[in-house]
Amino acid sequence: METIVSIKPFLAVIVSILAVPLIVSTRRANFREGWTFLAAFAKFSIIASMTPLILDGVEIEYTIAQVLPSVAIKLRVDSFGMLFALVSSFLWIATSAYSVGYMRGLKEHSQTRYFSFFALSLSATIGVAFSANLLTLYLFYEMLSFATYPLVTHHQDMEGRSSGRKYILFIVGSSIGLVLPAMLFIYHMTGTLEFANQGFIAGIVSPKLIWILVLLFVFGFAKAAIMPFHSWLPAAMVAPTPVSALLHAVAVVKVGVFCILRVLTGVFGTQLLFSFQMDTILLYLASFTIITASLVALSQDSLKSRLAYSTIGQLSYIILGAALLSPKGMIGGMIHIAMHAFGKITLFFCAGAIFVATGTKNISQMAGIGKRMPVTLGCFFIGALSVIGIPPGGGFISKWYLLLGTLEASQMVMLFVLLSSSLLNAAYFLPIVYKAFFCTPEESLFENKINEAPPWCLVPLTITAICSIYLFFYPEPFLSLAKMASVGIFSRP
Amino acid sequence: MSRHFPALIIVIPLISAFFIFAAGGLKKTYCFYIAAAALAISLFSSIGLLLQVLQNKVVVYHFGGWAPPWGIAYRIDYLNGIVLVAVAAISFLNLVATKKSVEKDFTEKIGLFYTLYVLFVTGILGIVVTGDAFNLYVLLEIASLTGYALIGMGTEHAPLASLNYVFMGTIGASFYLLGIGYLYLATGSLNMLDIASILPNIFQSNVVLLAFVICLTGLFIKMALFPMHAWLPNAYTYSPSPAISLIAPLTTKVMVYVMIRFLLTVFTPSFSYGSMAVSTSFVWLAVIAIVVGSILALSQKSLKRMLSYIVIAEIGYMVGGVWLGNRAGLTGAILHIINDAAMTLCVFLVAGNILYRLSGDSFDNLKGLFRKMPFSMGAFVVGALSIIGVPPTGGFFSKWYLISGGIAAGHYGFVIALLFSSLVNVVLFFRIFEIAYFEPSDCPHISDRMDEEGKIFNDAPLGMLVPLMIVAVGLIVLGIFTDTIVTKVIQFAIPGEIS
Repeated sequence: METIVSIKPFLAVIVSILAVPLIVSTRRANFREGWTFLAAFAKFSIIASMTPLILDGVEIEYTIAQVLPSVAIKLRVDSFGMLFALVSSFLWIATSAYSVGYMRGLKEHSQTRYFSFFALSLSATIGVAFSANLLTLYLFYEMLSFATYPLVTHHQDMEGRSSGRKYILFIVGSSIGLVLPAMLFIYHMTGTLEFANQGFIAGIVSPKLIWILVLLFVFGFAKAAIMPFHSWLPAAMVAPTPVSALLHAVAVVKVGVFCILRVLTGVFGTQLLFSFQMDTILLYLASFTIITASLVALSQDSLKSRLAYSTIGQLSYIILGAALLSPKGMIGGMIHIAMHAFGKITLFFCAGAIFVATGTKNISQMAGIGKRMPVTLGCFFIGALSVIGIPPGGGFISKWYLLLGTLEASQMVMLFVLLSSSLLNAAYFLPIVYKAFFCTPEESLFENKINEAPPWCLVPLTITAICSIYLFFYPEPFLSLAKMASVGIFSRP
Repeated sequence: MSRHFPALIIVIPLISAFFIFAAGGLKKTYCFYIAAAALAISLFSSIGLLLQVLQNKVVVYHFGGWAPPWGIAYRIDYLNGIVLVAVAAISFLNLVATKKSVEKDFTEKIGLFYTLYVLFVTGILGIVVTGDAFNLYVLLEIASLTGYALIGMGTEHAPLASLNYVFMGTIGASFYLLGIGYLYLATGSLNMLDIASILPNIFQSNVVLLAFVICLTGLFIKMALFPMHAWLPNAYTYSPSPAISLIAPLTTKVMVYVMIRFLLTVFTPSFSYGSMAVSTSFVWLAVIAIVVGSILALSQKSLKRMLSYIVIAEIGYMVGGVWLGNRAGLTGAILHIINDAAMTLCVFLVAGNILYRLSGDSFDNLKGLFRKMPFSMGAFVVGALSIIGVPPTGGFFSKWYLISGGIAAGHYGFVIALLFSSLVNVVLFFRIFEIAYFEPSDCPHISDRMDEEGKIFNDAPLGMLVPLMIVAVGLIVLGIFTDTIVTKVIQFAIPGEIS
C-alpha cells in the first residue's frame, strides 16, 4: 500500500473551523450564510479531490502534532474514511441550504451561533473519518459531543435543557467512563494506538480482557445508540430539524457506528474477533436493538420521534453487517452508512418542511397532507423506500449486501432479523404516505390546494431524494470504496 | 547578567516591594507598573534559566559566593526549571489580568496589595529555586504570611477564614521546620544535596524516618490534602478575587513540587518508595481526597467555593501520581503541576471577571452569562474542558499519564477515582453551563448595555480579557506540546532508577 504525505486531509478538517470567526464577525445574514456555503463547498471539493487517489489504492497521511511517545494527533485517509467523509461533507452542503430555509422560515433566534457550531461539528466529523489512531479518533469524537450540545439545546427552553442533560450524560459519560479506560489499557499493553488493517492487539491481550474491551468500546461509543444506550437520541429530537437531519441521521450517529467499525477492524481485527466468537454477542446486541427500535417506532405519533427510533434500528444494521465478520456483510454495513444517510436525511428534511409549512409535528394530523405538499410527500416516499430497502431506493443495495453477508456467514437467524425488520420499517413508514395521499375528503385535514414549504427547504430535499434513487443505479464511488476497505480488512497478512 | 538569573529572580521582586510600598503613598498608579516590571524580569530570568538548564543540565548559584553547605545555594535542574517558568508566568499574567479589578476593589490600599503580591511571588519563586532546606522554610513563611494577609483583605468572613488558615498553615510550617530540625540533627547539614549525600549511610536511623514523616505531614497540611483540607474552601471563597487567582494556582501546586523534591532529591527514591505498604496507603489517601473533593464540590452553591473543592480533588491527583512511584505516575504529577496551575488560573480569573461585573458568584447570579459575558465564558469552557480532561487540552494529557501510572502500578482504585472525578467534573461544569445558557438574566440593577441585536453584552474590560484569552489558548498549547515538555524536560527530572 502506497502512502503519501499531504496537508489536504488537515485542510479538509480545518476549513470549517476557519469559517467560524468569519461567520461570527459577519453582521449581514446573507454574507454570513455565504461563508457557510463557501466552507461547505471548499470542504467537499478538498475531500472529493482526494477520492481518485484513494480509489487507486493510495493512502494519504498528515501528522498534526506529536503528543505522546509513539502516538501523534495524526490523520490518515483510507477508503472507509473517505466513504464517510464524502457522504457527510456532501450532505453538509444540502443541509446548509436547508438550514437557511428552515431557520429563516421559522425566524429562529441566535442563527449566528447555530451556523458556527454547525461548522465546528463538521470539522469534528471529518476529523473522526480521517483519524489514523485511537487518540485522534477520541479527540474528534469528544469535540463533536461538545460542539453539538448548543445545537441540540438550541431553543434554550426547559425541554432543551433536560434533553441536553441527557445527551451529555449519555455521550460524554460513556466516552469518559468506558472508552477512555479501554484506550488506556490498550496503550498500556501494546504501546501504540495506530489503527492497522488486521488489528494490533492479537496475541498481546488475554481473551477475557478482549471481551471486556470490545464491550467497553461498543457501549462507550454511545453515539451509535445501541440499546440500552439509545435513549439520548429520541430526546435530542428537540433540536431544530436541520440539526436532527444532518447530525442525528448522518454525522453524530454515523460517527458512533464509524468508530465502532474502525475499532473492531483496526484495533481488534476480524481474525481475532472471529477466534473469540465475539461475533455472536455483537450480532445479538445489534439484532435486539433492530427489532426493539422498530417496534417502538410503530408506536410513535411524533414524526421526528418515529424517525429517531427508525435511526436507532438502522444504525444497528451497520453494526450487524460488521459483526457478521464476512466480506459481503462488511461491505453492506459500510455502504449502509451512505445509503441510509441519503434516505434518512430526506425523511428528516420532509418532516421539517411539513413543520415549516403547516406547523404539524404529529403523524395523526397529517391525513391528506399529500394533496397540499405533493413534492415533499413524494420525496418522503422515496426516502422511505430507500430506508426500507425497496428498489429503486439506494437502501436496497446495502440491504442486499447485508443479506448476502448473512448467507456467507451462515447466520440464518440474522437473515430472518433483517427481513422482519424490513417489514416493520414498511409498517411504520408506508401508512404515513398512504394516509397523506389516499384519504377520503372527510378525513383530510388540509385544503386541496398546493402550498409547499419555501424553496430553500424544498430544493435540498428534492436533491437528496433524487440522490437516493441515483445511488440505486450508480452506487459509485461508495461501493468501490467499501469493497476496497473490505478487501483490506479481510486480506490475509 | 545571565549568570545571576537565580538571584535576580527573587531579589528583584523583593526589592520592588519597597518601592511599591513607597509609591503607594506617593502616586498609586505607579504601583502596578513597578510590580509588572519586577515580575516581567522574574519571568524573563526564569525562561533564561530553563534554557540554561536545557543546555548545561544544572545551574547552581552560591549566594554571596559562600559555598555550600555553609552558604545558601540555589540550584535549578529540570524539575524546578519548568515549575519556575510556570510560576513566574502565572504570577505575571494574573497581575496584568487583575489590574482593573484591583483598582476597583482596593482604591485606597493599592500600594499595600501590590506590596503583598510581589512578596508572595518572591516567596513562591524562592521555594522553587532554593537548594537549601531551611531557606525553603523561610521563603515558605514569606509566602504564607503574605498569603494570609492577601486573603484577609477580602470582604465578609475573610478575616475569620484567614485566621483559620493562619492556624492550619502555621501548624503545617511548624511540622516542616521540626522535620528539618531532625534532619539537621542527623546529618549536620541544611543543604539539600549535602543532606542527600549523607543520608544513605544512616537510613536505618529512626531520626531520619521521623524527619521524613514529620516533613511530609507538614507538607500535606500545606497542600490541603484530605483530611487536612478544612482551611482551604473558606479561605479561597472569601479571599479577594485578584488575590485568589494568584494563590489558588500556586500555593498547593508548589507544595506538591516540594514533596517531589524531598522524595527524589533529599531522600533517595529507594528510601522514599521503600515500603510498598506506605506508598500504597498514600495513594489510597489521594483516592479519598479525589472522591471526597469531587463529591463535596457537587453540593456547593457558588462558583469560587465549587472551584475550591475541585482544587482539593486535584491535589489528590498529584499526590496519588507521585506515590504510585513509577515513571508514568511521576510524569503525570509533574505535568499536572503545570497544567493544573494553568487551568486553575483560567477558571479563577473567570470567577474574578464575573465578580467584577456582578454582585456575587452564587449560581443564581450566573443566569444568562453566556449572553452577557461571552468571552469570559468561552475561556471558562476551555478551562472546564481541561479540568474535565478533554483532548487536546493539557488536562487530558496529564490525566492520561496519571491513569497510565495507575494501570502500570496495578492500582485500580486510583484509576477509577480519576475517571469518577472526570465524570463528576462533567456534571459540575455542565450544571453551570446550563444555568448560564438556559436561564435568562434577571438582574436589572447591573448597568446593561444593549447592542443593536438587543443582546445584553457586558463582558469584562479588554485589559482583563486579553490575558485570560492567552491563558485559555495556553491550555490548548500546553496540551499539544505535551510530548515536547515530557521528552525535553520532565523525563530528565525523574531519576533513572524509577521505571
